[in-house]
Amino acid sequence: MSQALFNALLELGDDHLILGHRVSEWCGHAPLLEEDLAMPNMALDNIGASRNIYTYAGEVEGKGRDEDQLAYLRLDREYKNCLLVERPNEDFAHTMLKQLYFAAFMEPYWQAALSSTDETIRGIAGKAVKEMAYHIRHAGEWVIRLGDGTDESAKRMQAAVEEMTPYVEELFTMSADAKACAEKGILPDREALRAQWSQTISNIFDQALLDLPEVKFPQLGGRTGHHGEEMGFLLAQLQYVQRAYPGMSW
Amino acid sequence: MSKETPLWEVFVRPRNGLSHKHCGSLHAADEVMALQAARDTYTRRGEGLSIWVVPSKSIFASDPDQTAENFDPSVDKVYRHPTFYDIPDEVGHM
Repeated sequence: MSQALFNALLELGDDHLILGHRVSEWCGHAPLLEEDLAMPNMALDNIGASRNIYTYAGEVEGKGRDEDQLAYLRLDREYKNCLLVERPNEDFAHTMLKQLYFAAFMEPYWQAALSSTDETIRGIAGKAVKEMAYHIRHAGEWVIRLGDGTDESAKRMQAAVEEMTPYVEELFTMSADAKACAEKGILPDREALRAQWSQTISNIFDQALLDLPEVKFPQLGGRTGHHGEEMGFLLAQLQYVQRAYPGMSW
Repeated sequence: MSKETPLWEVFVRPRNGLSHKHCGSLHAADEVMALQAARDTYTRRGEGLSIWVVPSKSIFASDPDQTAENFDPSVDKVYRHPTFYDIPDEVGHM
């Protein structure tokens, strides 16, 4: 069981770390000073959640690995994040949509995790559920304004929807490890969250005048370590300091 | 830029029982975005429990050139301060 829980925690932790890192790339580049503060806020929420998850994963594994070793000292094929979170930021439409898609999944996920049989999971969920509710609101308001905005913003927003939606399916896909944890009531059943995700997204898309496309060929592979080319560049930046100065802390 | 994202004044109430206090301003497209920007800009370190945002153009300010005529006449009216009473002990903290 502990091997399954360790793997399932890595899926969860990697999702948060990689998305947090992607959002943090906006630091200093956001279109408004106010947004330049909001983006790192959200990035830090995600990275903070990943720290708690990795620390627990390290305990579960029992080999003495801490959060830094799990976050910074694995190879790309060992990362289990879904492909959605590693997608490049592109423009503000892509960035906000990615944030919304992920938060609209994680909010009900952590809600369900509040009644986990595992006390540590309940603790992590209690903090994260509020953060995700805010991410839905913040990213959602941007999606509404860009979707129902100028011709240019509406065009970019719909293009982001077409490009990112095929990556959503992987959020709901259950690995063998996630299934084992769900059967024990430790982690929520991802499959069961589809209706809540769709409800959140359709509420926002109605206001944003956006159409959710039907996905015939979902993009999968992240959970088994099959990442896109961009992941290597992301990790090179993410891991640089720990690779150059092993064991460094401040 | 300031046409699409006008200026807003931000007021934050730090605790229950205190009043909202002006803490700064920001640019945002509308009131919903202004509230979110205020949350992210001015309550990052646990400063507040409630936020108000007000369009800066809705605030009418007293004229600095009229400071003397506005405020000097009250300076010599000490009898307006409630300092001429002995407060009975039973009243306790006021």
